[in-house]
Amino acid sequence: MSDFVLPELGENVEKGDITRVLVNVGDVIANDQPVVELETDKATVEVPSTVSGKVTAIKVKPGDKVKVGQALFSFEAGAAAAAPAPAAAAVDKAPAASPAKETEQTPASTSTPSDLATAAVDKKSADVVDISTGRATPAARPESAPPATSGTPAASASTPAAALAVAPSPAGAIPAAPSVRRFARELGVDIADVAGSGPGGRIGAEDVKVHVKSIVVSPRGGAGGRTAHAPLPDFSKWGAVDVKPMSNIRRKTAEHLAVAWQAPHVTQFDKADITALEAFRKSHGPRVEKAGGKLTVTAILIKICAAAIQRFPQFASSVDTANESIVYKKYVHIGIAVDTPNGLLVPVIRDADKKTITEIAVELGQISQKARDKKLSLEEMSGGVFSISNLGGIGGTAFTPIVNQPEVAILGVSRGAIEPVWNPSTALGAGPSTALGAGGQFVPREMLPLSLSYDHRVIDGADAARFIRFVAEALETPLSMYI
Amino acid sequence: MSNYQLVVVGAGPGGYAAAFAAADLGMNVAIIDPEEKLGGVCLLRGCIPSKALLHVAKLVGEAKHSAAWGVAFEAPKVDVDKLRAFKDSVVGKMTGGLAQLAKQRKVTHIRGMASFVDAKTLSVELVAGPSTGSGQGGKEEVTFDHCIIATGSRPAQIPGFPTDSPRVMDSTGGLDLPDVPKTLLVVGGGYIGLELGTVYAALGTKVTVVEMTSGLLPGADRDLVTFLSRRLETTMHKIFVNTKVTEMKDTGSGVFVKMEGEGLADADKNQTFDRVLVAVGRRPNSAVPGLDKTKVKVEKGFINVDHTLRTDEPSIYAIGDVVGEPMLAHKASHEARVAVEAIAGHKVAFEPQAIPGVVFTDPEVAWAGLTEAEAQKQGRKVEIAKFPWAALGRAVAIDRPDGMTKLIIDPATERILGVGIVGSGAGELIAEGVLAIEMAALATDLKLSIHPHPTLSETLMEAAEVYFGQSTHVYRPKRK
Repeated sequence: MSDFVLPELGENVEKGDITRVLVNVGDVIANDQPVVELETDKATVEVPSTVSGKVTAIKVKPGDKVKVGQALFSFEAGAAAAAPAPAAAAVDKAPAASPAKETEQTPASTSTPSDLATAAVDKKSADVVDISTGRATPAARPESAPPATSGTPAASASTPAAALAVAPSPAGAIPAAPSVRRFARELGVDIADVAGSGPGGRIGAEDVKVHVKSIVVSPRGGAGGRTAHAPLPDFSKWGAVDVKPMSNIRRKTAEHLAVAWQAPHVTQFDKADITALEAFRKSHGPRVEKAGGKLTVTAILIKICAAAIQRFPQFASSVDTANESIVYKKYVHIGIAVDTPNGLLVPVIRDADKKTITEIAVELGQISQKARDKKLSLEEMSGGVFSISNLGGIGGTAFTPIVNQPEVAILGVSRGAIEPVWNPSTALGAGPSTALGAGGQFVPREMLPLSLSYDHRVIDGADAARFIRFVAEALETPLSMYI
Repeated sequence: MSNYQLVVVGAGPGGYAAAFAAADLGMNVAIIDPEEKLGGVCLLRGCIPSKALLHVAKLVGEAKHSAAWGVAFEAPKVDVDKLRAFKDSVVGKMTGGLAQLAKQRKVTHIRGMASFVDAKTLSVELVAGPSTGSGQGGKEEVTFDHCIIATGSRPAQIPGFPTDSPRVMDSTGGLDLPDVPKTLLVVGGGYIGLELGTVYAALGTKVTVVEMTSGLLPGADRDLVTFLSRRLETTMHKIFVNTKVTEMKDTGSGVFVKMEGEGLADADKNQTFDRVLVAVGRRPNSAVPGLDKTKVKVEKGFINVDHTLRTDEPSIYAIGDVVGEPMLAHKASHEARVAVEAIAGHKVAFEPQAIPGVVFTDPEVAWAGLTEAEAQKQGRKVEIAKFPWAALGRAVAIDRPDGMTKLIIDPATERILGVGIVGSGAGELIAEGVLAIEMAALATDLKLSIHPHPTLSETLMEAAEVYFGQSTHVYRPKRK
């Protein structure tokens, strides 16, 4: 065990005050690692170690006056420890600089200052994602990024770009001038809700106005329908009530759907005969199961919809109102609405057109589980071009899903049921003779109700009817897809 | 019985600011205080008189220092009576100004001690004297729409220490400047003890400072305090930290003191001083009589208020030292405005992001916003940029390189969260730090704002440059 003594610091500096001890007993220190911060008559310097090994005892504390040659700490030299360098090697010529930094060759010390500044800015502008809530805070300036133009289509649980701040501000230190804070208070706005457009997320009076405008203009109240509504009656007059705050997912869903709802919607209904498909599912189910997936109707529909989108590309488009153009996406990522204990989440299956049904089935199982476990990343919930919402497991005969903006179409699936279907070509004499013609009969078929909601701005009714027919026929006679 | 829209209890920098602000908003205002003059502790026996004396102390220090520059003066001859008169004249001018301002604003000064009768009524025990209505003393009841309690604080006392000895002084007694004692013990290494200790040391007293905790100015960042400690070691006779005074008694010719602490020589353990100054903090004056007849709540000695400074009693507000730390005049006068505007129905809140603290020693120590020590306590990740004054032309030109300016920066946004300064005139420089914090300035903003050369204010700009590894006068590459 040896002592590390305060090395010569150069320029007639013989003593100083310890302002900070940078190592603890038990620390393994390396040569050149700063061990104490010393305030000398000339400057504050970090004193680098000239030894390496394990610290066994510290002999100084902040406030102590130490002289060159005085022991600072004891250490056990490690096996790999280099021989103590001569103390003079640590002498720093520049009085105000820390010796440690002169000898350290870090990447930053070789890059130019402007590189550093850029790097810092890049770091800041990266999306900040809270995985537990699926809440994203892209660094886009809010008013320049209306939902329809945003590069990454938001999953329904992620925040629409319009309501976002640049970076989470430290609690209790909202970056806004006193005059701006007071202005917000006068307008009844919580300054913490306002997105700052300035450097470092700074909030200006203009940001407060934009925020207020977004609340007032939006018919649903930009923030989850919070503001523009008539005040609620006092429900407790009529019986007991329980008031709970909206969860993050609920709030984001409310905000997103209130915006999505504004697209002109039409819903087209159809039914597909899946009697044969069900038999196919039974016979092929075990094979998929062996691969680790479940051959569900949803998995098959993802594959079929991927084919339908390739046939009808406008179903994977987005409306860019600002630039008066339509964006056609050349990738087929399909979002699946998943019911979780925490609310609705929409994970996305990527490149569904390039995957086999088995691959899709396996991935769907995994991603659904992740959604239920709150483990989805924002990445896994973004980039969809089309969505599927299957409520068949619960029941229902039909519903009108809301298009997941900025997508333009969504397929809703209800519960399949055995229905009597008229078959004109069944054996003669078996059925009653009716006006429909002789020789036909009702046969029991399993029918799957489908609902296709679409954005009428880019999709015409006939196209929607063709699309849903294509899907239905593919379910009935899969080969039809390739005709 | 008279009714006022606002009655302010206490005429310190919180109370008179509240009364004046309310009058400016058109309210009919009374202010109750037993003193003949408005101003409270700050003006009468605190901030202002101590600054007058510290100004003199600085001159004495510089006159001595100038021998090193080839200009030698004789040792100063101190005329204590004249010095006291100068200090009193400063107080007189300022309080005279306040009286004039109160008159112009038609604020009624009721001289007396107030007690609450209920949430709308105060009873005032009048002090006999010229500014009392009748001049006779007696009682007066006043009713109010709103009341602001601004009763301030008083020096804390250590139980068991003599309270009736003229040789054992608190800050008030110290500022009265009874004489220049040969020896003085300052109990408490906080800002009051060090400021007054500095005054007496400059006047020729051998001053010993004893502090119970491990360092002077507890709470302030150690790297700032180091500069002050180093200088105090030359101006003070002795400084003991981690040391407690266990006994104190007036012997008739001095004060006998027993001390216990680490590294204390036997001769230091039992000593007799000509005088002792006890400066161990301040206690809020929250025991206003009759508060129990209102809904006002007192917690841990402080009156409980919300973000508009309203107490649990809707008609009563409270501001200043009596509502909480930091007990500083400028916090009180800011709160005064918030409370008055809240009473006037404006939507306001007390929500400062930086309350500056200044210790007017030599060198001065000042800070605002987040301190490094507090950031460490919170476990909050911050980056520190320090600029040593030794590298600055102006600091060297005035032969005061013993200073440092540091910035506490949020690494994510590069926002300035705190500023700490030690050095000559740090108290003036910190104002820029407060503005930077309140305006949510980034380190870049400070760096890109041109600061006048050659001034000490450049240290703020250079500290921001240090953060980016771009300081002109300090070579310190950015660590990453």
